[in-house]
Amino acid sequence: MTVTLTTAGPLHPDGGAEGTYDVTVVGAGVVGAAVARELARHRLRTALIDAADDIGDGTSKANTAILHTGFDAVPGSLEARLVREGRDLLAAYATETGIPVERVGALLVAWDEDQLAALPGLRDKAARNGYHASRIIDAEELRAREPHLGPGALGALDVPDESIICPWTTPLAFATQAVRGGVHLHLNCRVLDITTDADTHTLTTSRGPLRTRFLVNAAGLHADEVDRLLGHDVFTVTPRRGQLVVFDKLARPLVSHILLPVPGPAGKGVLVAPTVFGNVLLGPTAEELDDKTATGSTADGIRFLREKGRRIVPALLDEEVTAVYAGLRAATGQEDYRIQEYPGLRYVAVGGIRSTGLTASMAIGRHVMELLTAVGLDPGEPHDLPPLTMPGLGEAFTRPYRDAALIAGDPAYGTLVCHCEQVSLGEIRDALASTIPPHSPDGLRRRTRARGGRCQGFYCGAAVRALFEEERP
Amino acid sequence: MTGKAREVDVLIVGAGPAGLAAGAELAAAGAGRVEILEREQEAGGIPRHCHHGGFGGRVDRSAYAWASATGSTYARRGTTGPSYARRSVAAAAAAGAALRTGVTATGWAGPRTLETTGPAGLERITARAVILATGARERPRGARLIPGTRPPGVYTTGELQQAVHLYGQRIGTRAVVVGDEPVSHAAAATLHAAGVHLVAVVTDRTAPALRLRNPRVPLLTGATVTELMGRTRLSGVALRHDDGRTTTLRCDTVVLTGDFVPDHELARRGGILLDPGTRGPAYDAAHRTSLPGVFAVGNLLHAVEHAGYAAQEGRAVAVPVLHRLAGTEEPAGGGRRIVVDAPLRWIAPNVTGPDGTRPQGDRFVLRTERRLPRPLLVVSQDGRELHRQRLRAAAVPGRPFHLPADWADRVDRDGTAVRITAR
Repeated sequence: MTVTLTTAGPLHPDGGAEGTYDVTVVGAGVVGAAVARELARHRLRTALIDAADDIGDGTSKANTAILHTGFDAVPGSLEARLVREGRDLLAAYATETGIPVERVGALLVAWDEDQLAALPGLRDKAARNGYHASRIIDAEELRAREPHLGPGALGALDVPDESIICPWTTPLAFATQAVRGGVHLHLNCRVLDITTDADTHTLTTSRGPLRTRFLVNAAGLHADEVDRLLGHDVFTVTPRRGQLVVFDKLARPLVSHILLPVPGPAGKGVLVAPTVFGNVLLGPTAEELDDKTATGSTADGIRFLREKGRRIVPALLDEEVTAVYAGLRAATGQEDYRIQEYPGLRYVAVGGIRSTGLTASMAIGRHVMELLTAVGLDPGEPHDLPPLTMPGLGEAFTRPYRDAALIAGDPAYGTLVCHCEQVSLGEIRDALASTIPPHSPDGLRRRTRARGGRCQGFYCGAAVRALFEEERP
Repeated sequence: MTGKAREVDVLIVGAGPAGLAAGAELAAAGAGRVEILEREQEAGGIPRHCHHGGFGGRVDRSAYAWASATGSTYARRGTTGPSYARRSVAAAAAAGAALRTGVTATGWAGPRTLETTGPAGLERITARAVILATGARERPRGARLIPGTRPPGVYTTGELQQAVHLYGQRIGTRAVVVGDEPVSHAAAATLHAAGVHLVAVVTDRTAPALRLRNPRVPLLTGATVTELMGRTRLSGVALRHDDGRTTTLRCDTVVLTGDFVPDHELARRGGILLDPGTRGPAYDAAHRTSLPGVFAVGNLLHAVEHAGYAAQEGRAVAVPVLHRLAGTEEPAGGGRRIVVDAPLRWIAPNVTGPDGTRPQGDRFVLRTERRLPRPLLVVSQDGRELHRQRLRAAAVPGRPFHLPADWADRVDRDGTAVRITAR
């Protein structure tokens, strides 16, 4: 296994014809990584590049971490199809690789008569999306299943297959498999300009020129800018900020399902959901912005979420808050994905991938592969990638600190460094030595949970930083 | 989980000042096998990284000595935190307590059975008496709901002290300290030791509880942090003053100090009743929790008192634990809850003792939300006044004050909760 991961210096594809990649994927978020993994199954020289110092560092790292059934998608849309296909692909992939997933189910809670009256329509819409397991439950059953729900809930639509998933392990698994499969991952590599001739795109990047025959634009929030570099003016990405509040693990018994509002004219609304790490999530807000870097939380946002949360699960508000964060979704003003192939340009644009992108990622990967073929790429026969096992971060599964056999084999798994999240020295050591190691303490947190718990580093912050700097000064 | 099952007489969780003192006292009293678990690699607790004087002095008021930066006279007494920690560890070991570091209690397998993880594997330890001494931590930025971006450079005092004193890490160049408690001044001293320029100390209180020794450091009162700014590194802290003015302080480091919260996870996972005010286990003067045979001591009960106070509680728990081991414990269930009305925040202990047992030092500890000049404290139960007393000094947020326990034997065991009001 030859792994190529660079973070600085010029970009040289080894052994390429005049240093040219066959395919370059711009953007190493969950979608770009899924596309790269798909490309890794073929004998192609592929590059995956990202402006950040880590994979999944944009929209992918800060979302609601739900593996959707797609029950509420717009029937007949590309999104509906890719979410439907993607959920099965990703669920199977998660089982295979150890990405934490819990099928907790969702309840769309009706808080007034109008919302109650909307439930049958939502159930029928789910059916039109190929999802037939949803059913309407009454207030009594709802109360029995969610005893901590605030007063006044009249009933709910039960969507038993809606699941929660680890948003960090998923793109990391894709990228790890891609890189082990021969894809070159170049980080800190921002695209500044693109010139195109008869058979090559030349990308001017912050790390020098990169030549590629085919190009996939999976640049997320910046997909419109990359698209414009190719002379298009098709869509504009408007960042839609979602602020989220993460509650302490001690709040986890308060919530059993993903509690969704009944969607109204104002959008999908605020949900309360468990996380695979054993916390409870409250959010997101939906704020249309024009600044693609505005990932800060605001006092108004936090106040708004707490008001909403107090209505949904009042007892939640008495629990300690572990973290507040904000993510930006790539809204394009069209309620569907904007995936478009350009035969003359040997180019596929993957834009407007919104919050369902995590669920749909593998299906988007396959779809883009077909489009690349349609624009002239000859990928050859696919081969299987070597199997992959990801570190288990899910609270519902046996974590290393509870694994007697693992500790007996290596006492480092019994040596806890981060106490709140019970992260062992062995896991931190493994992450620092992994195929795609972290380049910041935050990257280490997304790989291990270290210093992501209730104390946020009061106990372990200095120790974790010392381990990180020892390995990556 | 599988693991070796063992039995001990007394199992203590946490080898800070309270746990070590309890272990030393019980081992010396012949309580049998007394084992202290510490999840850190080194025992001693928070004092390990408090490199300032005042620990274990004659007046034993290390909370005030934490404020060595203030030039308090107390700071000249006693010893430093690390030296105090070493002394406490040595005393527990010399008394015969078994100290096991790097071992974490991860949960409960029974009423007095704890599951543990350590490099040597998993265990299930059953004790005749369990003492929880898991301490307290400062609330981090998220729990304080401070908005803004999430750049590096944001610390609590605990993390800062470890980074500087235990690991010698780089901090930054310009820092703002948020908070106005003794620990805030310890944070300022640590920043000074690390060569960091202190831009300002910020507090939302209108009158400072303690004065800074260095008069050149601005103390901004009546100011709330409204936003943290910066992307790859903290670049500033936005403030709103009480009069509506807003300011941005340019800095690359911010230390969020004080606002301690008990580390009650193990207690809650064991189903122990908590006190809504302290957020630690509800407990009586004999340090008994709602779970028979499970006791609690130290800052888990009432974040946060100084090391000497926590150690006193550790020593005090020995008597009720010995009664428990001997089968002569007072029956549970006689205690009434003690509740406080605003602006009081909490009282400890918060359950009346068995048979009118009085808390250590014959007094209850209280905290207030806002400053009360010479408060009148009234103790009542079911509308019946048990006690009324005007304190001689002001009660100040962030500092303990005390209520004598003269009234404890007048509590009606068949009545409802005892209520404390202040005005």
